[in-house]
Amino acid sequence: MWVYEKKLEYPVRIKTPNPKMAKYIISQYGGPDGELAASLRYLSQRFSMPTNEAKGILNDIGTEELAHLEMVGTIVHQLTRGVPADVLERAGLGAYYTDHDHAIYPMSAAGTPFTAAYIQSKGDPIADLHEDLAAEQKARATYENLINLADDPDVIDPLRFLREREVVHFQRFGEVLRIVQDKLAEKPYYVKKPDCMNPVFKR
Amino acid sequence: MNPNQAKLLKEVMAADFTLIDLNLYLNTHPYDQNTIILFNNCAQRARMLRNEYERLYGPLTAQNSTTKCPWQWINSPWPWE
Repeated sequence: MWVYEKKLEYPVRIKTPNPKMAKYIISQYGGPDGELAASLRYLSQRFSMPTNEAKGILNDIGTEELAHLEMVGTIVHQLTRGVPADVLERAGLGAYYTDHDHAIYPMSAAGTPFTAAYIQSKGDPIADLHEDLAAEQKARATYENLINLADDPDVIDPLRFLREREVVHFQRFGEVLRIVQDKLAEKPYYVKKPDCMNPVFKR
Repeated sequence: MNPNQAKLLKEVMAADFTLIDLNLYLNTHPYDQNTIILFNNCAQRARMLRNEYERLYGPLTAQNSTTKCPWQWINSPWPWE
């Protein structure tokens, strides 16, 4: 189960609103390579992972992605807080304002609402882990595009942190893929000493 | 999971659920002093049970407890197993 901690994973303190930037960054909230998709992907796939290392990584990265979702939501909130409707409209957020006012809604930069079609959960750990590796690279590329579009250091700083986490996750998924491949390549043994003969299981 | 572990885990789950429910109630009744006293007692009991469980059977959270080597967190069983 989950427990909430009343803090962000990394600080977000944006002093100057910028609705145009918010319109782009919302994609990492509910877009195709966003944090919500990442979290749901890993937390769904973990049920069919074959090793404890894989279960641990999918569980814990899926959890960290929820903290990233909160950070992205915070960035969008601080970028639009108190911005009047006409300014939102000039930034291209007129349609967003119509349906969601200043609320945070999971959608892509282009306005497509979040959909589970962004993720797969295949039951095949090799297929799933390759998707996860690709997902981390796509998210890293998206954060780099956002950093290219941004000019406020208060915005760039948390984006850089989030980008770096994608790189770390990619590394860990690569290690898990190797561990899972090694396990699946093991020779099957059809004769084995029963567990009750193993001193670890004696009580 | 051995029967003793399962029994203690169920006690931890019950104690934690009590806190979850009191938490929600207190969010909308922040001045209810009697319930706050109850919450504090339950929180203390839940912490005791949790410490006991983790001492005997390993970590319930990855980051809120210390561990021996090898890293104990990833050990089976996971909750869905």
